[in-house]
Amino acid sequence: MINNNEILETINMVRDEHFDVRTITMGISLLSCIRDSAKATADAVYDTICKRAQNIVKVGEELSEMYGVPIVNKRISITPAAMLTANFQGEEIILARALDNAAKTVGVDFLGGYSALVHKSMTESEKSFINSIPEVLATTDKLCSSVNVGSTRSGINLDAVKLVGEIIKKAAALTADRDGFGCAKFVVFCNAVEDNPFMAGAFHGIGEGDTVINVGVSGPGVVHHALKNIPNADITEVADVIKKTAFKITRVGQLIAKEAAKRLNAEFGIVDLSLAPTPVIGDSVGHVLEEMGLETVGGHGTTAALAILNDAVKKGGTMASASVGGLSGAFIPVSEDIGMIESAEAGILTMSKLEAMTAVCSVGIDMVAVPGDTPATTLSALIADEMAIGMVNSKTTAVRVIPVPGKTVGEYVEFGGLLGRAPIMPLVSSSAEKFINRGGKIPAPIHGNKN
Amino acid sequence: MKAIITVIGKDKSGIIAKVSTRLAENDINIEDISQTIMQGFFTMVMLVDISSNKLEFNAFVADMKALGEEIGVDIYAQHEDIFNSMHKI
Repeated sequence: MINNNEILETINMVRDEHFDVRTITMGISLLSCIRDSAKATADAVYDTICKRAQNIVKVGEELSEMYGVPIVNKRISITPAAMLTANFQGEEIILARALDNAAKTVGVDFLGGYSALVHKSMTESEKSFINSIPEVLATTDKLCSSVNVGSTRSGINLDAVKLVGEIIKKAAALTADRDGFGCAKFVVFCNAVEDNPFMAGAFHGIGEGDTVINVGVSGPGVVHHALKNIPNADITEVADVIKKTAFKITRVGQLIAKEAAKRLNAEFGIVDLSLAPTPVIGDSVGHVLEEMGLETVGGHGTTAALAILNDAVKKGGTMASASVGGLSGAFIPVSEDIGMIESAEAGILTMSKLEAMTAVCSVGIDMVAVPGDTPATTLSALIADEMAIGMVNSKTTAVRVIPVPGKTVGEYVEFGGLLGRAPIMPLVSSSAEKFINRGGKIPAPIHGNKN
Repeated sequence: MKAIITVIGKDKSGIIAKVSTRLAENDINIEDISQTIMQGFFTMVMLVDISSNKLEFNAFVADMKALGEEIGVDIYAQHEDIFNSMHKI
């Protein structure tokens, strides 16, 4: 029998340290749904999703009860929708509504994959698709959208970077009554992964099978607690304790993922062991970094501390699951993390520091609110910087930024729930308009050519 | 199928009696039991066989939770695999 201390450790993780399985995400291939009209495709998509995902919420709840671990979200990711809409440019919204309705029918929290992969170039239909994104974000409830604009292999599509800057501005304008909320459901990627269970960037890659279960575990609070127990340990031991903790929480993800796949008649895909914070006190990645010895996250030392955390999480998790994937590492969304919010409020966490942090963590500039009057080209330039970090370092980077209409530095935006609240952060006012308007492709780095 | 029942709370008389009576009523056999006082709290851990459990697993979890509320302690019933997964390689 497992000893009592181990049993209590597990129970305390859930009871006091906010441990949860953040999401069970069912990836569904919709390639078989392509028809010659928008209506016929939308109907096939709706039916397919409702059939394959009909039990996901029920199974999620059963597993949560059985193992005594909260499973916060049940989600769906789909084949990048731009691959389904090539036959009916200008009518993409019909598909979007069907997706939103399907998500509501099966009762999932989000559906991701209203996405386009344009890292090398854009077809006319993909341009039309991307242009539909603002309206889709404004008029649907469950859909999340993403665009992959760069990769280490192909370089960065600067035309797409320019376009998505404009898309973000439009999405903000169309959801101005909700402080630009539409932008919180839209991510721009470099090196997007095909099996990410986390939103807003989840989609079901074209290399995937028919129906796959990917699980995202979380647990900044558990890591924080483990580090509190070793206040005077050297940094090697700190890394080791994080590794061991990541191992334990990932094992739970593996258990849930395998059992969920079995019950839902799907393939077990991956476990994504990301430390995903929530705005609740005690569930902050920023506070983990502070526990490591920083006075405030965002100060000097933050990048190094985050690098240790991200690496140790990956190492511990890799051993714990038969198949690790997704983004796996530490997330640093500003509005969703109380430690990050407080530091940004105090003016310690700046955009430049955030950018540096993204070079060593698993994603990027995430859930950052910026002034509503920021020009589209400045947003594109911010995205280009972030994409360059991903491209050159052969890692995923992402930007999810909200230019809050009518608000500026010193004000707040409140999205509520998992998305939290954020102070509007200042951007550098210097223009990059000419650079962005040049268009074209940023060539891939030499080490991208590995053949 | 086996489950672990954990009882945590302020020590008082009759906790073990009440929990084991309820288990017996549902044909759940106790295979191992240990109790201790940890950090001032009464803590009891039971390994039980739920193969002939009269209740569905989820109903069993809810029943144990309700019993805990009745007694004034926290009772968790979880499939043993959660602990095996986390603590054994």
